Amino acid sequence: MRKSFKKAVSLAVAAMMTLTMAACGSPSTSNDPTQNAGTTAAGATENSGTTAAGGTEKSTFKIGIIGPLTGDAAIYGENVVNAAQIAVDEINAAGGVNGFMLEINAQDDEHDAEKSVNAYNSVKDWGAQMILGSVTSVPCIAVTEKTKADNMFQLTPSGSAVECAKYANNFRVCFSDPDQGAASARYIGENNLGTKVAVIYDSSTVYSTGIYESFVQGAANQKFEIVAAEAFTADNATDFSVQLQKAKDSGADLVFLPIYYQAASLILAQANSMGYAPVFFGVDGMDGILSVENFDKSLAEGVMLLTPFAADAKDDLTVKFVTTYQQRHNNAIPNQFAADAYDGVYALKAALEKAGATPDMSVSDLCEALKKAMLEISIDGLTGAGITWNEAGEPNKEPKAVKIVDGVYVSMD
Amino acid sequence: MSFITYLINGISLGSVYALIALGYTMVYGIAKMLNFAHGDVIMIGAFTTYSLCSTMGLPPVVGVAASVIVCTVLGILIEKIAYKPLRKASSPLAVLITAIGVSYLLQNLALLMFGANAKSFTSVVSVAPLTLAGGQIKISGETIVTILSCIFIMILLMLFINKTKAGQGMLAVAEDKGAAQLMGINVNATISLTFAIGSALAAIAGVLLCSAYPSLTPYTGSMPGIKAFVAAVFGGIGSIPGAFIGGILLGIIEILGKAYISSQMADAIVFGVLIVVLLVKPTGLLGKNIQEKV
Repeated sequence: MRKSFKKAVSLAVAAMMTLTMAACGSPSTSNDPTQNAGTTAAGATENSGTTAAGGTEKSTFKIGIIGPLTGDAAIYGENVVNAAQIAVDEINAAGGVNGFMLEINAQDDEHDAEKSVNAYNSVKDWGAQMILGSVTSVPCIAVTEKTKADNMFQLTPSGSAVECAKYANNFRVCFSDPDQGAASARYIGENNLGTKVAVIYDSSTVYSTGIYESFVQGAANQKFEIVAAEAFTADNATDFSVQLQKAKDSGADLVFLPIYYQAASLILAQANSMGYAPVFFGVDGMDGILSVENFDKSLAEGVMLLTPFAADAKDDLTVKFVTTYQQRHNNAIPNQFAADAYDGVYALKAALEKAGATPDMSVSDLCEALKKAMLEISIDGLTGAGITWNEAGEPNKEPKAVKIVDGVYVSMD
Repeated sequence: MSFITYLINGISLGSVYALIALGYTMVYGIAKMLNFAHGDVIMIGAFTTYSLCSTMGLPPVVGVAASVIVCTVLGILIEKIAYKPLRKASSPLAVLITAIGVSYLLQNLALLMFGANAKSFTSVVSVAPLTLAGGQIKISGETIVTILSCIFIMILLMLFINKTKAGQGMLAVAEDKGAAQLMGINVNATISLTFAIGSALAAIAGVLLCSAYPSLTPYTGSMPGIKAFVAAVFGGIGSIPGAFIGGILLGIIEILGKAYISSQMADAIVFGVLIVVLLVKPTGLLGKNIQEKV
């Protein structure tokens, strides 16, 4: 017993070492953050006559963007910057906000908390009056401390950890991790996806239990009933026959899986071998199931997952955005981070207009005005129609989902 | 009816534990050392088969044979490089710590070579599932093959140890290394042979583990390895039938505990039972009670 405990402890230490080593690997591949300054900012708006440093003229609203532009998570940061630029260009072309132009400056944080704080200082030196970022959760949490100290308004497009919106000046566009549970319950209920629902969750992670608890709360006023709630732990994530058998015996026609895709791939395979075929519904942790090497994609056929954005959706706004994005960026398909950032810029615009803000206000006054205005606005964006915000900084919007058909995501609308 | 289904699932999980436990108990019984790298040898075996069968498309027989060869060579190498120089060390703890080190070495090598992304293992078993009671009970082909291989290997091992010269040599080494050497037994060769057999068993266990639970990462072997170690202790470490019985029982207790008590508490129940068994019978279910002479 003691020996196996020792092993478990040293296992954890090794896992931590591996993670640290992975984190150490990224800086070598990246450029000096300052070299990226301005390269991603608008060519058009930079010529608008403002002096970059200090912002003495105060004729534009300056939005600082912080996100990973190099390193492993670069794809997220690039999508955010590209999409924010599209939104800013659209807004400026239509006459700006309260008659003033918007300007963005993106700084690289390499998905690293410390570098994110440096990036924040860089955009502050540039004269940023509000922050769109950070893109990823851990750096975002570090930046919230700085924006709190400076009383700078911060809206994260995609930081989903609960702590990313812990202070009054922090808001977010995406659902928080646990809120995905309530959103899933709502989606399942409103779209009549099932009447009896079973949940299989990982009781050893905050992520999974948080979503599970919020799902149970959200399910209380929906038309379906939760007939089974079965847990597993990280040490016990190979055999799911009991959990699936219980779900089957309880007559569940939908199984909610607020877990990561690796365990989900085993669940799908085991359900298939026991001949149990309910609807499987996952959240963002399920994203990646199709990337498991050698995975039999037919097992994931019909699996649904909650995601704020599907690039193949047919509504006008999505089609227009995706077309513009593809024209500008070599036919690349924007992901959910792009959609969050696009909506984020429009939320800032709406809040600035609602507050009647002008660029000559101080950062702190602007923050107070925006904090109040955020609670009053409602925007129709890519990630939902009629999005509103509450005082906790959490968005309230219609959840959206995609379904896996023939091995690709297809919009459910 | 669901009780029978749970029981079968338990036997199915237990047979995998039993197969891994056979390797643990074999090495412990002869060499008197806990080879904590056993779980990772399993993982290497599974990756070998994965690379040959799933990636290169070779037939399963070739993949399994190659994985047995790779693991056997690996087992002998580990023994020669990491364990043998420490056999004379004053504390048995030195070898134990080295074994943990080897375990991480293998995990990190696999991480470098294959990456952290999970791979879906294609089952090497083509036996059709057995359906009973009008389709209500289904026993998968993997379970049938795992149980049969377990029993087959167990019998083979017992025959080998009790009926062959090399096996008798192993028993002698297990009893008293010094005396065995004086009697003309090559102790080093015997221990190498033990590791070779143990690692070959690990290869088979790895392939069957991943056929039954088809997710393969560099950490796949570590948790089943620990559970199998528990199974070996449960059955009486060093005893070959004990490993089999311990493994099957552990699987059944785990599944029934999950089914009828709590799915969150599964591991707590398993280890709780282990503690109770060891309190009542400190040498495990089939363990021999050897008096230490002072």
